[in-house]
Amino acid sequence: MRQWFKGVWEGFFTVLVGMRITWRHLFTYPVTLQYPTEKWPLPPRSRMRLFMKYEDCIGCGQCVRACPVDCISLKAEKRPADAPPIWAANGQPIKLHVAVFDIDMSLCCYCNLCTYPCPTNCIYMTPEYEFATSDLTQHLYRFAKKDAAFITEDPKKKAAAAAPAEAAAPPATPPAKPAGV
Amino acid sequence: MDATYEYLVWLLPAAARWPSWLVVAIIAALPALACFTFMALGPLIYVYAERKISAFMQDRIGPNRVGPIGLLQTLADTVKLLFKEAIFPKKVDRKLFVLAPLLVNVGAFMPFLVIPWGGRLQPADLNVGVFYVVAIASLSTVGLIMAGWASNNKYSLFGGMRAAAQIVSYEIPALMILLVPVMIVGSLSLQDITRAQAGGLQNWFLFRYFPIMPVAFVTFFVAGLAETNRAPFDIPEAESELVGGFHTEYSGFFFAMFFMAEYTEMFVFSAVASVLFFGGYLAPHPALQQIGSLPLGWFWLWCKAWFFVFVMMWLRWTLPRSRVDQLMHIAWKVLLPIALVLVVVVGGLILVPATANGFFWDRWVGWPLTIGLVAFLFYVMVRALQWSRRRAQELAAAPRAAGQAVTP
Repeated sequence: MRQWFKGVWEGFFTVLVGMRITWRHLFTYPVTLQYPTEKWPLPPRSRMRLFMKYEDCIGCGQCVRACPVDCISLKAEKRPADAPPIWAANGQPIKLHVAVFDIDMSLCCYCNLCTYPCPTNCIYMTPEYEFATSDLTQHLYRFAKKDAAFITEDPKKKAAAAAPAEAAAPPATPPAKPAGV
Repeated sequence: MDATYEYLVWLLPAAARWPSWLVVAIIAALPALACFTFMALGPLIYVYAERKISAFMQDRIGPNRVGPIGLLQTLADTVKLLFKEAIFPKKVDRKLFVLAPLLVNVGAFMPFLVIPWGGRLQPADLNVGVFYVVAIASLSTVGLIMAGWASNNKYSLFGGMRAAAQIVSYEIPALMILLVPVMIVGSLSLQDITRAQAGGLQNWFLFRYFPIMPVAFVTFFVAGLAETNRAPFDIPEAESELVGGFHTEYSGFFFAMFFMAEYTEMFVFSAVASVLFFGGYLAPHPALQQIGSLPLGWFWLWCKAWFFVFVMMWLRWTLPRSRVDQLMHIAWKVLLPIALVLVVVVGGLILVPATANGFFWDRWVGWPLTIGLVAFLFYVMVRALQWSRRRAQELAAAPRAAGQAVTP
């Protein structure tokens, strides 16, 4: 008899205990993130879609060799001797004409190994991650362009000329914020 | 009928001079129209509330796409269900298959006939009100078994049989508990039972006859949960065991009818529980019974019934589904003895003239109990708000801490 009363009371009481928990949660803030309109902040140096700045590429092919999954295909040929001289942004002369620079993002494993050997930092990871498509071939990004606007003036000479003026002035632009923060 | 006629004449004094066929037609049409409005619009609100409350209890947002804060979600769902094809599997018993949801709905909606929304605002003041509610409501059991049988599907049949076993078992304690207020008042009419609780919060039956009424209420509430097939007693339609139970084979409008019936049953049960134990359409204080000449009885009954609907939803998202043997254990070994004892005790009590209007300690227990309950609810509310505010501050201090990946 005592056991029966105890059991009934316990059943009733434990229900109240459970109800207290749900009651508390009734008033808490929802943890849902409404994805397309709200996004989680990406951690610094997140590795998402690869991008390559064609104007800066010297066609050295080090990224191709670094890639463990062979997702980069590059075809470079010697520029004709009479072509106007062009330079990468860091001042390296571009000797090769990059005819093809394709990155197959469906193969890419986001290891970031290709960006380290690049002498001109023209290949890098962007925080862009929403590039799902219904067609796999659309993941093949072709970076070679016909009408690229190359630097046709030696940046080193230009910098040397501008140096006295810039030494007096503070640096014009602050360093760019890390991607995705 | 008479009450409705009086109400009509009270509303429109000219109606007394109208031809009798018109008056009869209006008297027949008004409650039918009111019930139909409930039938059509009620579940829209209940389903929305259920989804929102469940979402909030699980720290989610809930429907928020269709209309402002998702208000039109259930409307869209209804339209979808209405336009969906009603599929009849090849081997169903077509007649019973169609009849079953109708019968379930009849059982769910007919009790509206006797629910008093005010002194006059009641479709029909039957002198067998409580008995009528119970008798009509048990029609839906037949509908559930019929649906299970007609589906020609073993899981559906399981669901139907479980519904039968469960509802029949729980009707016994529920009916006995119904006898407690009925014996004290001496009338089966819901109107009389409500009037017997007039005079303010402390006169509601929950706060009188101290140990008897609170116990009776809790017992009745548990039995009612089982009778309306609500969690934690929703084994007839247990999704994870029976693939939906008796409504597995139903689609489109017929499925919607089962849904409507379930939510309407919830509301009916809550309204009956408020009439029996919480003073029905009576305000917590007599001064709040009406504003000027506008009677507020419907508002108070609405609020009370909604409170119980909310508690049922609250319980649903708190407790896991009980097993069949646990269900039967609760019905036969816990609720039935309690109900029997209460009925016997109350049966003895009403023979003692001094207790006819309550226990001698009603004044010393009823009032503290009333104030205690109100204070307790207030305390719980404040504590919950404090807790949630603290939690919000924690979240603000470390935003999205759990999801932030750490990359070297």
